[in-house]
Amino acid sequence: MRLSRSAKVVLGVVTALVLLFIYTPLMLVVVNSFNADRTFGWPPKGFTLEWWGKAFDSPGVREAVLSSLWVAVVATVISLLLGTLLALSLQRYDFFGRDVINLLVILPIALPGVVTGIALNNMFTTILGVPLSLWTVVIAHATFCMVTVFNNVIARLRRMSPGLEEASADLGAGVFATFGLVTFPQLRSALLAGGLLAFALSFDEIIVTTFTIGAGETTLPIWILQNLFRPNQAPVVNVVAVVLIVVSIVPIWLAQKLSGDSVRVSGARLKADER
Amino acid sequence: MTETLAAGTSTGTEEIPAIRLRKLTKVFGDTVAVDGVDLDIRHGEFFSMLGPSGSGKTTVLRLIAGFELPTSGSIELEGKDVTAMAPFQRDVNTVFQDYALFPHMSLVDNVAYGLRVRGMPGNRRRERAREALDRVQLGKFLGRKPAQLSGGQRQRVALARALVVEPKVLLLDEPLGALDLKLRQQMQVELKELQRSLGITFIFVTHDQEEALTMSDRIGVFNNGSIEQIGTAHEIYERPAGIFVANFVGTSNIFDAAQAQALYGRPDPLCIRPERLRVAWTGEPERRSGITSRPGTVTSFVYVGHATQVRVQLDGGPAVVALVPEKLPGGDAELVNQPVTVSWDDDAVVWLPARGT
Repeated sequence: MRLSRSAKVVLGVVTALVLLFIYTPLMLVVVNSFNADRTFGWPPKGFTLEWWGKAFDSPGVREAVLSSLWVAVVATVISLLLGTLLALSLQRYDFFGRDVINLLVILPIALPGVVTGIALNNMFTTILGVPLSLWTVVIAHATFCMVTVFNNVIARLRRMSPGLEEASADLGAGVFATFGLVTFPQLRSALLAGGLLAFALSFDEIIVTTFTIGAGETTLPIWILQNLFRPNQAPVVNVVAVVLIVVSIVPIWLAQKLSGDSVRVSGARLKADER
Repeated sequence: MTETLAAGTSTGTEEIPAIRLRKLTKVFGDTVAVDGVDLDIRHGEFFSMLGPSGSGKTTVLRLIAGFELPTSGSIELEGKDVTAMAPFQRDVNTVFQDYALFPHMSLVDNVAYGLRVRGMPGNRRRERAREALDRVQLGKFLGRKPAQLSGGQRQRVALARALVVEPKVLLLDEPLGALDLKLRQQMQVELKELQRSLGITFIFVTHDQEEALTMSDRIGVFNNGSIEQIGTAHEIYERPAGIFVANFVGTSNIFDAAQAQALYGRPDPLCIRPERLRVAWTGEPERRSGITSRPGTVTSFVYVGHATQVRVQLDGGPAVVALVPEKLPGGDAELVNQPVTVSWDDDAVVWLPARGT
């Protein structure tokens, strides 16, 4: 579609304004993490690394970072396993209730975190009698992190020609050799993208975490919430927030690059074919 | 019909056939895709399964490969019952219609795949794969990915990949369907030569009757999940066993039972190939014994290069097509609607049993 010059300008300005509105507050947090003024006066009075040093020295922060990483990694691993298996079974086999299961698998990502949190909290404490801990957080996170893996894998499976696996079997490969040599390599980038998204989702999750975390444990977002209104902690909170932003954005950016790349590469190949 | 079928199957008695199908049936839901097929395919034979889409030929191929399990019936490979075996346990390999090359592997790795899963060490299998690619003139492209090849080249890789594991039977599922005419004709010759030099049994699925006639030692014509006729190209073309085969393989002039009754006093449909009809432009009938002539009117022409197809409406009979190799005695305007006489030798007539309508 061709756009007139004025339309291009208007669209460009609107886009810039929207992006500015989204990212200025985030930039403010980043800048303030280096702001020498304790009360974050504007413009910043000077540059300091004091808050970063304090944050690194704080045992509370370090513990929270480790907890968050651990929860995100374990939840991602579980999501990769279950998400892939679910995608394989739902895409490959036709069985009674398949569509219902498909819906039920995707639903958790749409449910409000408060509802998931309360429900899981009830389940753990009153029905199962499991004491809340970081493990309960992992399980809670896996319920919705799984969806990102599932979506990525099932989309890839739909694009993959079923003939490849038949060809592999035809050439003498058993079920596991076929999965290892043909199916898995086809899924690799989808798994990576799905896994990175799952990691990012889990790493900065707060609502479900609040309801499922054990007493005395903290993840990074929980730590921020607890220290947000303590005036002397405010500068360190900024630092932690910046860490959270970076750790969340990088995987998403990577995931987008990965899934985008595979599309672009195959597109370029198709074009090369036509020549 | 029964004659040809018997000739097709009885030859398997002195030697064990490469493939033996018995009462092979496959039902998908309400559809009977394959309906009780009996077939023996000999060792080293180039056998084509010819039929329109939906006639069950590809399903038979997939049953032989093991991608589908038959609803009933049995499949024997060199005398061994493989009906219930998984594809990777069967000594047959397939060249797929879309080639199904592994997109993440180079050509060498694609071709070496079958050797790899059989546990052959890396150097040896790559050596063998290189030889196989050389054989199909792709030795230069070892490191390329399938996406960097043209359709014809991919087709050759698929062939090399299936042949490198030395199968007893090679199954080809419309492998030339995606190629343009020129390349297709070239590949037909190459395939046939390859098959002859390797001595491997080829089972070739196609809907292209010309392709089947050119390449095959024998052809099985499929219709509605069963085999209408089995025979050599010559037998199928010259002696079609039914109206379906007569119509599907080449062009046929069919006279229905009533018209045949009027001509010869026998109430069975008959067929005459276009090249066996002669057109007398003067309207003067040939009067010799063993020759039948009928008057008619020319309705149209199609020039096909080596000859002209002349369509004639016979008086009180069907519209027939005659293939006239010589130059026509005039242009379209003069010849259309001209009364002519069409004649043929009586031994060109093929009687078609009523079955197969």
